[in-house]
Amino acid sequence: MIEAEEFETVVDTTRPHRLQQLVMLALIALLMLLPLWVYPVLLMKLMCFALFASAFNLLLGYGGLLSFGHAAFFGGSAYVTAHALKVWEVNPEFAIFAGVAAALVLGLIMGLLAVRRQGIYFAMITLALAQMFYFFCLQAPFTHGEDGIQGFSRGRLFGLIDLADSNVLYYVIAVVFVASIFAIRRIVYSPYGMVLQAIRENEQRAVSLGYSVQRYKLGAFVMSAGFAGLAGGLKAILFQFATLTDVNWHMSGEVILMTLLGGIGSIAGPIVGAGLVVTLQNYFATTGFPVTTALGATFIVCVLLFRRGIVGELRHRFAARSKQ
Amino acid sequence: MTMIFGVPLVVLTGQVMIGLINGSFYALLSLGLAVIFGLLRVVNFAHGAFYMLGAFVAWMLGQYLGLGYWGSLLIAPIIVGLAGALVERTMLRRLYDLDHLYGLLFTFGLALLLEGVFQHLYGVSGKPFSAPVEMRGVVRTDFVTVPVYRGWVVVASLLICFGTWALIEKTKIGSYLRAATEDSILVQAFGVNVPLLLTLTYAFGCGLAGIAGVLAAPIFQVSPTMGSNMIIIIFAVVVVGGMGSILGAIATGYLLGLVEGLTKVFYPEAANIAIFVIMAIVLLLRPAGLFGKEN
Repeated sequence: MIEAEEFETVVDTTRPHRLQQLVMLALIALLMLLPLWVYPVLLMKLMCFALFASAFNLLLGYGGLLSFGHAAFFGGSAYVTAHALKVWEVNPEFAIFAGVAAALVLGLIMGLLAVRRQGIYFAMITLALAQMFYFFCLQAPFTHGEDGIQGFSRGRLFGLIDLADSNVLYYVIAVVFVASIFAIRRIVYSPYGMVLQAIRENEQRAVSLGYSVQRYKLGAFVMSAGFAGLAGGLKAILFQFATLTDVNWHMSGEVILMTLLGGIGSIAGPIVGAGLVVTLQNYFATTGFPVTTALGATFIVCVLLFRRGIVGELRHRFAARSKQ
Repeated sequence: MTMIFGVPLVVLTGQVMIGLINGSFYALLSLGLAVIFGLLRVVNFAHGAFYMLGAFVAWMLGQYLGLGYWGSLLIAPIIVGLAGALVERTMLRRLYDLDHLYGLLFTFGLALLLEGVFQHLYGVSGKPFSAPVEMRGVVRTDFVTVPVYRGWVVVASLLICFGTWALIEKTKIGSYLRAATEDSILVQAFGVNVPLLLTLTYAFGCGLAGIAGVLAAPIFQVSPTMGSNMIIIIFAVVVVGGMGSILGAIATGYLLGLVEGLTKVFYPEAANIAIFVIMAIVLLLRPAGLFGKEN
C-alpha cells in the first residue's frame, strides 16, 4: 500500500492576541457599514453561505471528517423554516429554531450511522444518506416536490421587528452570523475542540489515551449539522423559498469547494472561500458559461495545486517570511 | 394466473428481471471501483462520469461516424479507458502520496467538470439510442417476458464480471496487481513497472465503466446526469459490500439490484431509497460491510 501523508490542514494554535482582536473589531465594523455600498441581499447570501462553510469546516478542518452530505442539514432546515413560517405562521425566530432542531435531529441520526466507519467510507455514507433524504424531500407532500415552498412572508422578529425590509434583515443576519462564527471559534479552542483535533491528528493515540473517539466525532457532526441548519434557515427567510436545490448533492459539493478554496482548518478560510464561490457563481450565471464546469475545474485546480487554500497559503507565506 | 404473495407471477418475475438488469450495472460499476481502490487507494468519484462518457462516446460514434452498436461496444470502452489513462498520467498520480480524501475530492471535481461539459454541449434531456436490430424482439414464456436486449445485458455483464475476476485471480498480470495491492514498493523492487500498472488499472476500471455505459445506453437514455445518479447508488453498494473483495462487489451489486426490484413490487414508494435503507441496516449490524474486514 502507498504510504499516506497527513491530511494537509492549517491549525492556529495561538490564542487571539491584541492585534487580532483589533482586526476583528475592524472587520465587524466594516460588516455593519458595508450595506452602504454593496447590495444587502448579496451580502446576506454571502453570510448564509459563509456560515454554512464555517459549519462544514468545523467538521472537516478540526475533526478531519469529510462529509458529502451537508446539503441535507442546510436544505432540510430551510424546508422546515419555510414550512413553519408558511403553514404554522410562527415568528421567524421560532421558525429558525424549528429548522435548527430538525437539522440537529437529522445530524444525530446520520452521524450515528456515519461515525461507525472512517475516512472515505465516512464520505460515501454521508453522501448516500443525504441522497436518501433528497428522495424523501422529493416525495414528501409538505415540500411540494419540484415547486418547493414559496410565497410566505419573512414575518416579524419577536413579533415586533418587520423583516420585510432587507436593510433590517441585514443587521439581524449579521448579528447571528458574527455570533455563530464566535461560537464556532469558541468550540474550536475549547478543551473539547483540542481533543477533537487530537483525534484528527492521531486517532489510535486518542483511543489509547482513553477518549471515546466516536462520541467526540458524533458531537462535532451534530454541532456542524446545527450550524449548517442555522445557515439554511436564514437563507430560507432571506429568499422566501426552500427548494430541492438546497438538499441536492451539488450543494454538498459546493460547500466542500468553498472550504477547500478558502483554506481548510482556519476560521477565516471558509468565509473567504464562500465569498469567492458565490461571487464566481453570480459571475458565471451572467456569462452563460456552465457553472458546474467552472466549479469542477476550480475543484481540480485547488486539489492539484492549491491544497492550503487562500488563507492557508497566505499564512504559510507569512510564516515563512517571519522565520527568515 | 399464477399468484405469489398476492402478486401476479408475471409482475414478480418482471421486476426480478429489472432488478437483475440494474444489478448488472451496479455489479459492473462497483467492480471497477473496487479494482481501482484496491491498487490506487482512490475512491473514483468520476466513475459515474466515465459511465456517462461511455454512453456518450457510443452515441457520438453512431451519430458522427455511423458506427453500429457492436463496433461502439468494442471501441467506446477503449476510448474511455484512454481518457482514464490520460487523467491518471497527468493529474491523479500527483495525489498518491497525500491523504486519500484528496483523491476523492479530485475525482469529484472531474465528475462535475465532465457532467458540466456534456450538459453544455448536449443539454439536459437525453439522447435516444436504439438497441441493435437483431436484439429488438421479446422472448415470452408462461411466467416471464424478457426483451432480448435486456437478457443480453445480464449475460454480458455476468461474462465481463467473471472475466475480470479470472483476469485478476488466474493470470500473471493479475498476480502482479494483487501483489502490488499488498506491497507496491516490494513489487517494484522485483522489477515490475508499478507506475505503468497503476495507469493500466485506472484505465481498465474506467473502461469497465465505459462498457457499462454502452450497455446501458439503449435501456436508459444517454444523458449527462446518468452518471451522477448512478455513482451515489454505487457508493451505497460499495459501503454494503466492502471494497476489499472482487467477488463481494459483484455479488452485492446483483443482490441489491434484486432487492430494489422486489421493493418496487411490494412497496413502490420506497424503491428509490431501498438500497440506502439496506446500507443503514448493514452499518448498524455489521459496520465493516458484508464482505469487508475492518481496516
